[in-house]
Amino acid sequence: MELTAATTVRRAGTEVYAFWRDLQNLPTFMAHLEQVRATGDRTSHWVAGAPFGRDVEWDAEIVDEVPGEKIAWRSTGNADVPNAGTVRFVPAPDGVSTEVHVALVYDIPGGAVGKAVAKYFGEEPHQQLDDDLRRFKQVLETGEVVRSDGAPWGKRARKEFPQRPAQPLSDAELAEGAGQ
Amino acid sequence: MRANTWAGRNKVEVRDLPDPKILNKRDAIVGITSTAICGSDLHLVDGYVPTMQDGDVMGHEFMGEVIEVGSGVPADTLRVGDRVVVPFPIACGACAACAAELYSCCENSNPNAGIAEKMFGHPVAGIFGYSHLTGGFAGGQAQYARVPFADVGPLKIESDLTDEQVLFLSDILPTGYMGAEMCDIRPSDVVAVWGAGPVGQFAMDSARVLGAAKVIAIDREPYRLRMAEQAGHIPVNFDDVDVRLRLLELTGGRGPDRCIDAVGMEATHGSAHIAAYDRIKQAVRSETERPHALRQAIMSCRSGGVVSVIGVYGGFLDKFPAGAWMNRSLTLRTGQCHVQRYMKPLLRRIERGEIDPTRIITHRLPLDEAPHGYDIFKNKQDNCEKIVLKP
Ligand SMILES: [Zn+2]
Ligand SMILES: [Zn+2]
Repeated sequence: MELTAATTVRRAGTEVYAFWRDLQNLPTFMAHLEQVRATGDRTSHWVAGAPFGRDVEWDAEIVDEVPGEKIAWRSTGNADVPNAGTVRFVPAPDGVSTEVHVALVYDIPGGAVGKAVAKYFGEEPHQQLDDDLRRFKQVLETGEVVRSDGAPWGKRARKEFPQRPAQPLSDAELAEGAGQ
Repeated sequence: MRANTWAGRNKVEVRDLPDPKILNKRDAIVGITSTAICGSDLHLVDGYVPTMQDGDVMGHEFMGEVIEVGSGVPADTLRVGDRVVVPFPIACGACAACAAELYSCCENSNPNAGIAEKMFGHPVAGIFGYSHLTGGFAGGQAQYARVPFADVGPLKIESDLTDEQVLFLSDILPTGYMGAEMCDIRPSDVVAVWGAGPVGQFAMDSARVLGAAKVIAIDREPYRLRMAEQAGHIPVNFDDVDVRLRLLELTGGRGPDRCIDAVGMEATHGSAHIAAYDRIKQAVRSETERPHALRQAIMSCRSGGVVSVIGVYGGFLDKFPAGAWMNRSLTLRTGQCHVQRYMKPLLRRIERGEIDPTRIITHRLPLDEAPHGYDIFKNKQDNCEKIVLKP
């Protein structure tokens, strides 16, 4: 499966690039990612939440990089969900903002895990990538993921719509959300 | 806290809910001293705006006192104890739309942007108490409200102006003003305003303040037209006269130079088959709007004039008079109000006595009587023009 999406962030390219290049930032805005840990200058270990309490993990390496302009990576070894991606940072015509163009490719494997993962990732994958980039923009432009009373948990995959009623959270709901 | 909530189509209910809490660093919690029922709340209650949920707190016009601020709100912007009016569009102040002062198009404030994008092509800003399409933010018809981006939106009131003098800076006064401003009024202009509800009244006053030669109010409710007349505008009752003919008469055959649609998607009209057609299409949800006022404004406007739309539309309409629009060089301008842009200048106009926002208030009710308020406002009973609720 191949997905592309783009957004424009009203920040300098160097700043936008630096935030992405610190791969440990990715889970703050990507719905499925739980953790990305740098294991070397160009290598990292990724953990994504998957159904049935089972996490999907893989190692990845940066295969191509032009500072301030482009990062390309791919999973290595025996990844549950082999994947690769490229993000390009392009100055926007306004002279202030940076266009962020993302392309992702991943193989949904066979078997029970594959099916579950495909279902989990695949409901509206393009929408999910768009939403990820929207949160990326929020974090860079406003400092955090924006929460409403109806969608109080920020980046919780598959729980954004339908939302809960737009009314203040009870203490129990607040505690539950904090664990997400 | 007590809060007025959506409880299904044509039903609101005041309930006990938890108090709001800080969810983002730039939030503030406001203890509400005055709030109002807006004409667009009626669209939500009628069920014409999708994505309402049972329990959604209503209301987007409110003011009060800051009782808590998040750690990301700089102390030089807002502090506990400040008295503030809160603008209805939630705007981050940092995106390209905010930088262009297009606050109601903020690119960051709607956590449900994906749905709005499907409906509108591009998302719009979050709005308090205004469906999940605009983010699912709890509204202000309540004792307390959470206000995101509190360092950007709320206007501090540091003088002794009363709540009623400044409350409408949250929405209807800037909305009416923007409707007039979009008309680029010149001193010789005759401005016609469809709808003598609260927003229409403020559009008329604003047109006058911006120098219009003559302002015409079009409505069917005698009490609303009287209110407009008392403020110096010329009333036209569409139940009694043919609007287009009357407008031609009042303008020496030219038609109004500038026309403002302050009605929106639930326009009523006594006659015309097309009204029935709209009502049927709306009922079966194949058209979400009854654009009667908009059509009439376009057909009546003088060639080369401006039609400014501040009435709320939510979805799709048909029988749009594109031929009149195109062939007669009309300019169509519109937008949800970019309230943040207008609050300070309009506050100054209130201080100088150029606009008296209190003139439209007909009812003051305790919050617990909100359902009664919706009832009389919706059904235009008891000469109801504008209701202020006291939590
Ligand atoms: Zn309103
Ligand atoms: Zn913004």
